[in-house]
Amino acid sequence: MMSLKRILSIISFLTISILLLFAAFFISIRFGANNITYGDITNAILHFDSTNPNHVVIHELRIPRAIAALFVGAALAVAGAIMQGVTRNALASPSILGVTSGSSFLVALAFAFYKDPSYVMIAVHALIGAAVGASFVFGATAMARGGVTPVKLALAGSAITALLSSLSTAIGLKFDISKDISYFYAGGFASIQPIHIKLAVPLILIGLILAIGLAPSISVLSLGEEVAKGLGQNTMAIRILSTVAVILLTGAAVSIAGMIGFVGLVVPHIVRPIVGVDYRSVLPASAVTGGLLLLVADIFGRMINSPFETPAGAVTALIGVPFFLWLARKDGRGL
Amino acid sequence: MQLRKDKIPYSLYIICFLLLILLMLIFSMNAGYIQIPIADVWETIIGHGTASNELTIFNFRLPRMIIALLVGAGIAVSGAILQAVSKNALADPGILGINAGAGFMIVLYIFFIQGNAFYQSHIAVFIMPLVALFGAFSAAGIIFLLAWKKGSVKPTRMILVGIGVNAGFTAGLTIFQMKMNPTDFTQALVWISGSIWSATWTYVLAALPWLIILIPYALYKARTLDVLNLGEQSAVGVGVHVNKERGKLLLIAVALAGSCVAIGGGITFVGLIAPHIARALVGTRHQRMLPICILFGGLLVLTADTIARVILAPLELPVGIVLSIIGAPYFIYLLLFKN
Repeated sequence: MMSLKRILSIISFLTISILLLFAAFFISIRFGANNITYGDITNAILHFDSTNPNHVVIHELRIPRAIAALFVGAALAVAGAIMQGVTRNALASPSILGVTSGSSFLVALAFAFYKDPSYVMIAVHALIGAAVGASFVFGATAMARGGVTPVKLALAGSAITALLSSLSTAIGLKFDISKDISYFYAGGFASIQPIHIKLAVPLILIGLILAIGLAPSISVLSLGEEVAKGLGQNTMAIRILSTVAVILLTGAAVSIAGMIGFVGLVVPHIVRPIVGVDYRSVLPASAVTGGLLLLVADIFGRMINSPFETPAGAVTALIGVPFFLWLARKDGRGL
Repeated sequence: MQLRKDKIPYSLYIICFLLLILLMLIFSMNAGYIQIPIADVWETIIGHGTASNELTIFNFRLPRMIIALLVGAGIAVSGAILQAVSKNALADPGILGINAGAGFMIVLYIFFIQGNAFYQSHIAVFIMPLVALFGAFSAAGIIFLLAWKKGSVKPTRMILVGIGVNAGFTAGLTIFQMKMNPTDFTQALVWISGSIWSATWTYVLAALPWLIILIPYALYKARTLDVLNLGEQSAVGVGVHVNKERGKLLLIAVALAGSCVAIGGGITFVGLIAPHIARALVGTRHQRMLPICILFGGLLVLTADTIARVILAPLELPVGIVLSIIGAPYFIYLLLFKN
């Protein structure tokens, strides 16, 4: 049973992060080339006027961008938390184990085959690629001699990422789409359109709901395979459903934002010391914190080199690397 | 085990590799966008070729092939030393992030000092190895500092730290690249992917002094490498100053990687593959293994560069891309299926 202190810390953590999330959301909408005031934002939401250029900018560019950052952050963070729980590996996350790179690789193929692929096409490829990446991870785990340590799994994921991004570079040069691909690989929100939101956000929501539904089982599984089986859990079914959730979340995130690393790794580690190890609280807290992190990363990315944009993926990497190094020193333990 | 390997005389290995390199050189001279028949290649080499063949072979292909051989040899030795010193079968200057450190410094150099004049100036070509060395040493320092824990550097932890450092430098690169003008941006990108397209005799001259000093020194230290590979206690037992020797050899490995990266760009996995192949062929003694390692490393990069030139012709791939596509599966195989 959760102690009262734990419940209080969960509630206060969620309240504070949701408040910060709202603040970041509004700052993200306000920040950009056009000078927009907070009054404009509330007006644009409450009394939309299609002749007012500021309102149009807010509706067509800024709000979709902020929503994208929010949902991509939530999706990646929850995907990372699920992977860490199910594989019991502190280094697990979509980008480190190669799920993101599988997804991005298939998107690169989509650019090569269809020249100017529609967003639906990109999303389909991103989802298939995430599935391929996820099966690589589990295939490697199943095939390796004498089990796979967290560190080895992370190393294999990095090698797969190196392989796939090299192949993508080759494809980019061959089909003369290097720029599209390297832009996609950098990972960011500069070209978000309303259409992206309409398709990706429902996918992410389905993934999040599935994840929350699985939360109690993931908590049990994170204690170990034997414990879970002893408690009568169908571990295979949980693993498969968790993988489906990870594929939905990662694929949808990659389809609109490209390769964004470290969110899925870092966020669950920030959240766990505060809200505990029960995934019923870890997953929602990760979602909120992940959304907040990417919103802030995107705002920073627009500020550092203004008027140029630094991709949010580079910003999260700068935040994530020290964290990753700290985990590496602990040899991937610390769950 | 040792007996079976000794059945094939060592000199035969050396001769075989030299022949393979020679064959590859001839094939590589002939292959590419402009195909030159073998007979014409020969005519050109002995000085009776047409002017255009002479230009293609002496000014474009030959320096590039020599750079490939030199860079391959240098990185292979660097990898062999890193593997012996850190007792880590997966060590490679590219995987560890030493290349990324050198690359980051070079991009900073392009960004702040050189701008568009990057490939034109001759002095720049000679300064680049120094800049890259600085970057390589900083990266190596960071990696060892962070991987060091309780008096030892655990192999997998070292690689993992390397990957982190790699990611950090890459993110730093991205931020600077976004600020560059498009020409510099493309040049930097191509350079990072590991390309020896623009190799000229100036590049050969810039790389040569480093390799001529460092590779023989590594060969001279082969015994020490053997002893270090046995482990700290036996090394102390036979009277080797473990830490001092380790430090010296690491300096050589990093310097080799840095100078090769300055000329060849981000070339990964050669330092991983070459020592493994060499050990499989002639055993673990460095005196026997290092020469094979050097030859194989050169052959590997030369072959990869020829593939890179031919496979998408008339387009060219950076050689580093070809090497990653070959090397990454090998890395995964070593990691998951070997101890």
